[in-house]
Amino acid sequence: MMSFIVNLLALALMGFIVWWFWVSRAKVQQVKGSEPIEIIVKDGVYAPSNIEVAQGARVTLNFTRLDPGPCAEKVVFSELGTTLDLPLGERQTLVLEPLTPGEYHFSCQMQMYRGSLIVK
Amino acid sequence: MSESKRYNLSIGSMSCAGCVASVERALQSVPGVESAAVNFAEHTAAVSGNVAVQALIDAVVAAGYEAAELHGTEDEAVEKEAAELTYYRALKKKTLVAGVVGAPLALMGLFGAMPMLEGSGRIFWAIVAVISLFVLVYSGGRFFTGAWKAFKGHNANMDTLIALGTGTAWLFSTLILIWPGMVPEEARHLYFEAAVIIIALINLGAALEMRARGKTSEAIKRLIGLQVKTARVVRDGKEIDIPIEQVGLNETLRVRPGEKIAVDGVIIDGHSNIDESMISGEPLPVEKRTGDEVVGGTLNKSGSFLFTATHIGKDTALARIIEMVRQAQNSKPSIGRMADKISAVFVPIVLLVAVMTFMVWFNFGPEPKSAYVLLTTMTVLIIACPCALGLATPISIMVGVGKAAEYGVLIRNGEALQLAGQITTVVLDKTGTVTKGRPAVTHLIPVGKWNEAKLLAVAASIETGSEHPLAEAIVTAADQRDLTLSSAEGFEAISGHGVQAKVDGRAVLFGNRKLMDDHAITLGDLPAEAARLAANGETPMFLAVDGAAAGIVAVADPIKVDSKAAVARLHKLGIKVVMLTGDNAVTAVAVAKRVGIDEVIAEVQPADKSAKVAALQASGEVVGMVGDGINDAPALARADVGFAIGGGTDVAIESADVTLMRGSLHGVADAIGISKATVRNIKQNLFGAFIYNSLGIPIAAGILFPLFGILLNPIVAGGAMAMSSLTVVTNANRLRWFKPEGSK
Repeated sequence: MMSFIVNLLALALMGFIVWWFWVSRAKVQQVKGSEPIEIIVKDGVYAPSNIEVAQGARVTLNFTRLDPGPCAEKVVFSELGTTLDLPLGERQTLVLEPLTPGEYHFSCQMQMYRGSLIVK
Repeated sequence: MSESKRYNLSIGSMSCAGCVASVERALQSVPGVESAAVNFAEHTAAVSGNVAVQALIDAVVAAGYEAAELHGTEDEAVEKEAAELTYYRALKKKTLVAGVVGAPLALMGLFGAMPMLEGSGRIFWAIVAVISLFVLVYSGGRFFTGAWKAFKGHNANMDTLIALGTGTAWLFSTLILIWPGMVPEEARHLYFEAAVIIIALINLGAALEMRARGKTSEAIKRLIGLQVKTARVVRDGKEIDIPIEQVGLNETLRVRPGEKIAVDGVIIDGHSNIDESMISGEPLPVEKRTGDEVVGGTLNKSGSFLFTATHIGKDTALARIIEMVRQAQNSKPSIGRMADKISAVFVPIVLLVAVMTFMVWFNFGPEPKSAYVLLTTMTVLIIACPCALGLATPISIMVGVGKAAEYGVLIRNGEALQLAGQITTVVLDKTGTVTKGRPAVTHLIPVGKWNEAKLLAVAASIETGSEHPLAEAIVTAADQRDLTLSSAEGFEAISGHGVQAKVDGRAVLFGNRKLMDDHAITLGDLPAEAARLAANGETPMFLAVDGAAAGIVAVADPIKVDSKAAVARLHKLGIKVVMLTGDNAVTAVAVAKRVGIDEVIAEVQPADKSAKVAALQASGEVVGMVGDGINDAPALARADVGFAIGGGTDVAIESADVTLMRGSLHGVADAIGISKATVRNIKQNLFGAFIYNSLGIPIAAGILFPLFGILLNPIVAGGAMAMSSLTVVTNANRLRWFKPEGSK
């Protein structure tokens, strides 16, 4: 019986991992118009990490890196071919012209810090 | 959140104190500006506010003045280095604390000196549990915070693996300490020392990686180091030394022998030899005179001169080169995309593998199951290293792009760096690429009583009034020999044939064979000489005075001294070299033959060059096109990799995949060599990272146990994980010592 419960829990845990990391979605911060978005880079994450902007709006992302780890020193927008250097403690601005609807990922070079810009 | 930034601008064209108010008004009218103060004496403006610098520059320009941001790139580098040093020290401290606690415990374990889990032994372990918790919080706290924050954001990263691995070890050990009866006696092993040592090793790996990473950006640091800190400006007739940030546009600067040139400008008085090797890679000093451009960061070797600043701050050639190298170092080629896709899903997959490992050992493992289950699951979590995978490509690109910059080769992005190594055919434009692009007198063949000086003097005298491009070469040659020229009267250009005029009262004809034949001039052996010169790629012109032949003046666009050697290097790399030119076939073939080019496509209109490149691509060739970046622009864009030949200040920098600042074709072979070495390095890194993970994870899960009884120690796994990223960075650093074969 004990063995059955442990296996069931393990399977449930695997299901949870799949659901949590692939199926369900993190909270998305919605941004109105062209107002600048402040993103803090700290403790291994971008906060906020999922941002929704309206189609046709110019997007201004202000990154402030508070994490001294070297992994955080660059933010890469792979679909847009853009990389922004993030000096520690400084606010760096990236202005993006209106984007076509879709999801644009951003991450550190090693894909450990991850976020996405959703254009709707 | 709204943060205010401070900018310092240099303001040009401020002629009176009244301008101060209008510039200030223009700046203050920009939304977001909180304060703007203009200093008339220094021609600068200090602005603060939540605003983009370009908006400020636009406002000043719209008000009728000039503006540029005054910027110290070096300050940025110093700040970055200071921040890195602080972090490095913090990591060292964390490593030391964890090491001091973990090492004695590990040694005790190794020599079987660990107390049993009973009586006073339990007190010992309770103290160890508390101390190791402190170490996990102090030295490893960031992993736990990072893991939790990532989890809340439905993300998993390295922190997740480390936190789960070490956290499970500590928690499980503490539970056994409190309730020893929950597991069989033989499974009552505690892993406090493993958790602590793993944290120490990971911090140590991060610190070493940080050091190694610093070396990968040495090329850019060297470029930043070229920028000078002070400049000597001439203000109110006095020469004063001021910080470089305060040099304004159009200011006059003095440079003495042995000094570095502060900013870009144009010489207005004096001349000198300038060492531009640090910018262009060109080893020989370049002579510069009044009207010539000088580049900030280069070294004045001999004379003293005055120059006017034309570009300052971020607009100087050096600053733009730094920015371009930086951007290229940040770009990723397609070779790294697969690794990116894998690292993006890597951690959750490792979590699934860890649970599966747990299930397999729980259901099929030998007794004591609980010990095996914990050991293998923990080791799987600890050994997995997505960082090495993610770091494999960008770290090599960083070093490769920097290495190319050292050779005067500016590569626009990682994709161009990757493609350059795959080139099978290099297409060369002729004028300005293979040749110098500046026609010069190559042969003087006088006949009878004429000598070279007289022949050239008469030819130059008649050509002074001509606008033909070859005429300039002849007049320049006469100037260089300090010949005295006479004025030409009755000058007449005979289209397609040459010119005629009276010089010192004598009838002079200067042009091609047809011109001579039309005037029934007897040429003797000269036509044979002319044919020999033409076959050599030169343009022979006959000179006749008072109806008699005086000789031949031959003009040619000289071949660059190193073109032949560079083409030979390309051949050695197995690359076919094609010349694509608008020139006539005879000249083109002659030049190609002397340089060793395989194939010539001559008499091609600039508009058709792109189609010729496309045709080569259609036949399966990977084409690198080398041109001067202006006429060849469509072909450069069409080619797989476009190489623009240009100086550091050339606009070509903006338009090509690769810019060869040295102006030598050796740059193409250097770029290809560096590309091949970089791609090889990336492949080694990717291979290493893939192999490490795909062998390490199954071994950690215990795949060797049924056959050989081998299980990986979690401390060994922690060490391997810490070393894997370091290995990738160290391997990329090897590129710093790479020297392209045959490079000059």
